[in-house]
Amino acid sequence: MQILSLILVGFLILCALAAGRTKDLVSAVVIFASYSLIMAVLWLMLQSPDVAMTEAAIGAGVTTIMFVAVISRTSRIEK
Amino acid sequence: MDDQIVRVISRIIIPFIQVYGVFVVLHGHLSPGGGFPGGAILGASIILYTLAFGAKAGSQLIPHTTSKWLESGAILLFIAIGLIAVGSGRSFLTNRATGFAMGELGNIISAGFIPVVTIAIGVKVGSTMITLFHTMIDKEP
Repeated sequence: MQILSLILVGFLILCALAAGRTKDLVSAVVIFASYSLIMAVLWLMLQSPDVAMTEAAIGAGVTTIMFVAVISRTSRIEK
Repeated sequence: MDDQIVRVISRIIIPFIQVYGVFVVLHGHLSPGGGFPGGAILGASIILYTLAFGAKAGSQLIPHTTSKWLESGAILLFIAIGLIAVGSGRSFLTNRATGFAMGELGNIISAGFIPVVTIAIGVKVGSTMITLFHTMIDKEP
C-alpha cells in the first residue's frame, strides 16, 4: 500500500509539472484531469471518501469541460 | 459534436448518473457525499446531455430562466429553514432544540431538517453548474 501511494504521489508531481510546461492548452487540460483523478484516489486512501467523490466530480469532470469550453472560445496554443 | 455513438451511449448512461446523484443527495446525512457532490453529479449529467445533443437541445431541456429560479429558490429555502430556529429564539440552523423530529438513526427521514437542507444544496449546486456552462457556451449577442 505504501509503495502504491509513493508511485501515485510521484505521478501526481509529474502531472503537475507537465501541466504547467505544456504549450498546447488542450493537452494541459487532459493532463490536469488525470492529476485530479490521481488526487481522488489519494483522497480515498487518506480515508476521506466524500472529498474523493467531490474531487472526481468537480476536478476530473466539470472543470475539464469548463476549460475546454473556454479554450474553444479563445486560442489553443499558448503564446 | 454530432456523433451517433456519443448520442446513443449518453442516452443509455445519463439515467444511471442521475439516479446515482439523487442517491448521493438523499443519503447526505447517512453516507459519504451530501449536497455538494450529489448536486455536482446531477449538474454533470445535464452538461453531458448538452455536449452530446447540442446547445439548443440543452437549453430547451433546462431553459435559462428555470435554472435561474431553481438556483435562487433553493438557497432561499435553505435560509428560510435556518430562520425557523431564529424565529423561536435560538441561533441560526438550530436543529434538535427547535423541535424538529429526529426519527430513528439510519432511516432516510431522520436527523430533523438535514435531508431538506441537503436537497436544497443539491438543487442549488446542480443548477449553478448548468447555468455556468450554458452561459459559457452561449454565443455573444
